[in-house]
Amino acid sequence: MQYETVIGLEIHAQLSTETKMFCGCPAKFGSEPNTQTCPVCTGMPGVLPVMNKKAVEYVVRTGLALNCNISSYSRFARKNYFYPDLPKGYQISQYELPLCEGGYVEINVDGGGKKIGLTRIHLEEDAGKNIHDGAGSESLVDLNRAGVPLMEIVTEPDIRSPREAVEFMKRLRAVVRCIGVCDGNMEQGSLRCDANISVRPAGQEEFGVKTEIKNMNSFRFVEKALDYEIRRQTAALREGKRIIQETRLWNADRGITESMRSKEEAHDYRYFPEPDLMPVELDGSWLETIRESIPELPHVRRARFISRYHLPEQDADILTADMATAEWFEEAVRLGGDPRVVSNWIRGELARLLNEDNRQMEDCLLKPEYLVDMLKLIDNGTISGKIAKTVFEEMYKTGSAAGDIVKEKGLVQISDEAGIGAVVDEILDEHPEEVKRYRAGEAKLMGFFVGQVMKKTRGKANPKIANELLRKKLG
Amino acid sequence: MMDIDHVAALARLKLTDREKEIFSRQVVDIIRYIDKLNELDTSGIEPTAHVLPMKNIFREDEIRASLPRDSALRNAPERDGGFYRVPRIIE
Repeated sequence: MQYETVIGLEIHAQLSTETKMFCGCPAKFGSEPNTQTCPVCTGMPGVLPVMNKKAVEYVVRTGLALNCNISSYSRFARKNYFYPDLPKGYQISQYELPLCEGGYVEINVDGGGKKIGLTRIHLEEDAGKNIHDGAGSESLVDLNRAGVPLMEIVTEPDIRSPREAVEFMKRLRAVVRCIGVCDGNMEQGSLRCDANISVRPAGQEEFGVKTEIKNMNSFRFVEKALDYEIRRQTAALREGKRIIQETRLWNADRGITESMRSKEEAHDYRYFPEPDLMPVELDGSWLETIRESIPELPHVRRARFISRYHLPEQDADILTADMATAEWFEEAVRLGGDPRVVSNWIRGELARLLNEDNRQMEDCLLKPEYLVDMLKLIDNGTISGKIAKTVFEEMYKTGSAAGDIVKEKGLVQISDEAGIGAVVDEILDEHPEEVKRYRAGEAKLMGFFVGQVMKKTRGKANPKIANELLRKKLG
Repeated sequence: MMDIDHVAALARLKLTDREKEIFSRQVVDIIRYIDKLNELDTSGIEPTAHVLPMKNIFREDEIRASLPRDSALRNAPERDGGFYRVPRIIE
């Protein structure tokens, strides 16, 4: 029997505000434990939360960017549960009347477009962090994260494969980064993804029993964990077993999902309207101000790159995956770089170098104008295309301009016929055997001779002239 | 009927049988008392979550001083270096 997968995602995105949701403590990641807390976020008696306006605006900005309906009237609720990382004994969240409802994200799968519906986006506070050390009978708690504004995005069960789930996450990440509401760092946990996943016999309308998968802190793990879970559920159903509705954790070391046995009993959150916070009412002019703060979105930019610069879709995908790359590209083109050529350098050499250093475009020393200068040096014959790679790598490492590197390292292309001619003569003298074979019809040896010329000139010979001279002298 | 065991579990309370009996009765009394509100005719009144005519109470996104760590941890039943120490949560 064939099975079909049904996936819905629940994404938590930490908002890039300076301060927490309800107090002025810094929201910064990575500080010494328990150095960013105050009576409000540690749940001391008698304190009152006051909402961070920017956090509300960030959620609304996201809602507008993702085609949601923005609620003109929204309120907060208490979600009650005991957990040491939320010292109040409840989480301030939203239940009825969230800030955003509906909306969608359009993804590309196998060349076609597909809309993944959103159920809602709401604002809540993050919990602290628990550290469970090995076999000990205790947990350690750091409350720096308690109260950091968290945006929860819930999708409809529209996703049909792990690849679609990853594609959705990539699109979403690009959007939240582009509009500046979340840094999108999955490893540090500022963007987290939980999945509800079930399988059902193909053609069946009714959903199968779902499990909730947590702890997938990279795109790769999202794909692997969901792949694994589909295999596990399908195998169980084939054997006539039942799926248990439960929460499972992705174990990256073992490459499997494992049932999360928690001491928590069945949840009963007893939501009720948060009496300490007044409702949020968004009027037209405030909404307009927020709308105006949204820059060009990745999919819009992608379409523009294709139509304006005549780039292939794959190029546009990569160039618009993050804002810094898109801006770098456009700056280089604005300075006179050919769009296709600039794109090739970004996707090829630059991507490779950044990847090797595990760096982002933001920290790139190589400026767009340097690439454009270098391209001019290739065009006017000062350096060869081959040497350009060396120059490019040097520019990347040192942040120096192309011209300086070429001068300093003596990389100027040799284009005078006499100079190259002398090298060609030397090589023909040194390889009489190959010369004989070439003249007897082994044409593919031309590559060998060109290679020897390049080797001798350390890549500086103008390949066109080297070719011509070789052909003449061998002819 | 009121499930006193469920309520006690949610509040992390361990009750003796005698306490369960007393509290069951008392909680039912409280609920019955609050139920008086249901006698009011509210058919023409719009539901509300707040009694104050206030909305959009915000603060700007500006950092204010946090507590020194030692002050924050002074209320901890137990601490371990810079952390709060609590009974193990996950099995």
